Amino acid sequence: MTGLEIILVVVFVVAALLGYKLIGAVPSLLHTPLMSGMNALSGITILGMIAVTAFSNSALARLVGMIGIIAATINVVAGFGVTDRMLHMFKGGAAVEEKEK
Amino acid sequence: MNTPSPFMTVFSYALPLLLSLGVLYGIRLMSHVKTAARGNRISALCMLLAIIYVFVRTDLAGSLVYIILGLAAGTLLSVWMTIKVKMIQMPQMVGMLNGLGGLASALAAILTLFSGQIQSPFSLLTSALALAVGAVTFSGSMVAAGKLQGLLPQKPKVYPGHKAVTMLILIAMVVCIAALPAAFGDRAWLTVLISVLGLLFGYFFAIRVGGADMPITISLLNSTSGVAAGIAGMALGDILLVSVGGIVGASGLLLTQIMCRSMNRSLGAVLFGKAAAPAPAKPEPVPPAAEESAAEPTPAQEPQKADPAEWLQEAGSVIIIPGYGMALSQAQEQVKTLSDRLEAKGARVRFAIHPVAGRMPGHMNVLLAEVDVPYDKLYEMDDINPDFAQTDLAIVIGANDVVNPAANTAEGTPIYGMPVLDAEKAKRLIICNFDTKPGYAGVPNPLYNGAPNIHLMLGDAKESLEKLLSNL
Repeated sequence: MTGLEIILVVVFVVAALLGYKLIGAVPSLLHTPLMSGMNALSGITILGMIAVTAFSNSALARLVGMIGIIAATINVVAGFGVTDRMLHMFKGGAAVEEKEK
Repeated sequence: MNTPSPFMTVFSYALPLLLSLGVLYGIRLMSHVKTAARGNRISALCMLLAIIYVFVRTDLAGSLVYIILGLAAGTLLSVWMTIKVKMIQMPQMVGMLNGLGGLASALAAILTLFSGQIQSPFSLLTSALALAVGAVTFSGSMVAAGKLQGLLPQKPKVYPGHKAVTMLILIAMVVCIAALPAAFGDRAWLTVLISVLGLLFGYFFAIRVGGADMPITISLLNSTSGVAAGIAGMALGDILLVSVGGIVGASGLLLTQIMCRSMNRSLGAVLFGKAAAPAPAKPEPVPPAAEESAAEPTPAQEPQKADPAEWLQEAGSVIIIPGYGMALSQAQEQVKTLSDRLEAKGARVRFAIHPVAGRMPGHMNVLLAEVDVPYDKLYEMDDINPDFAQTDLAIVIGANDVVNPAANTAEGTPIYGMPVLDAEKAKRLIICNFDTKPGYAGVPNPLYNGAPNIHLMLGDAKESLEKLLSNL
């Protein structure tokens, strides 16, 4: 394995451990938005999708790339969008009373 | 960019690192409800910066039009979906988004394998793995989303020899993945084979999962969609892809573990059979031991000596236990009104949320937040269970297994050992459920046996609540 390949594997493991630790601190109250937010993050594969589409030479490969980009974009944008929508629904007691006045 | 300047080299490592830290900081903010929305936006901003950086870094050449079109179409569809989706549909929405992420990773791997640009065994192996995991995530998520949306039958579907076939597919997939870097066989054919096997495996895995195990499946597929992105990042040598993929993979796994623990199921049992088979076990006799014969709800049964209106008036402390039945009958508004009226007459009202209530982790909290129930009234199981004994009245709305005391006593049943809300410890208990049939786990609930301090209201939760409200 080359230096870069070793770095990549190490980064994967370290990121997973850090993520595991941070996510353990999220209360179950927020598990649904947490999940949709994580889901949006998994759309990070859009970076790879753009890169491989850029390298593609044939029209077919570019078309496949475009489909992948659409899928990844929906994953990212809709994922963050619904998470934002949900998180803004959570209100504390004072905020609720304010709204109902 | 033949010889990148030293600055660019440092930058190309520093930026992914910074953006990864930004994402982690965003997740950290999600551990408090007040900062969570900001955390989500910080993560989104990091992602946007990453996409801009790819545009700057990469020579997009003749593919620019395709890339722009893809981004534009995806964004438009997303905006529409974000506005349209209802909160009760969130589980299938997340399921579908998981699937799209898996699809993108699989397609990235396919293009990488067909481009002929990669040769090292490491890139070949990681591409093959990303393709397999991505394909499994895609088909598994689509089946799960279809089941949750009601497009596919909700019941577990088990084909003859299901387990053996699933294992065979898995083994064949591993062999193909190993053959790719070993340059054994034709690369194009192996790529096609891995895709097909991955899709099949995802289908067979998800089709035999029933309603109660859905939260676990969704969490697990969330994890695999992250893993697929991470491995695709390894194949492409993209550090940011790798780190974020790792974070998502870990988060999904953690949620899966939490779900399994809350349901007392092992991950293996969910994945490879031993479905929550209806248990023939008899309920623990609760005095008076009136044997329930999967009771048809006869109205004659309902008017007992108990007067729920009086119970509501007398109660100084109330705990409401919502379940998926509340969501199905769209009774959240009525629940909120009930809680408001009880508070107006001086009662202390709290909500007890079981970790697996609903169809995905935390689903019940979102549904109640939508109708403006303050989050500080939503309590987790462990925090509120000790308080039931000092509570005047508990009201169960469309929840069954999560309050079934048989979980503590009925050995050998699927729910034995599953932590439940101790609703029966409250001084009085009103249950608004559709019928008295056992829940998803198939274990009869002894709360339905007609104890004098339990009042049963059968039928649609919304109507039952309206009836209760008319007395307040």
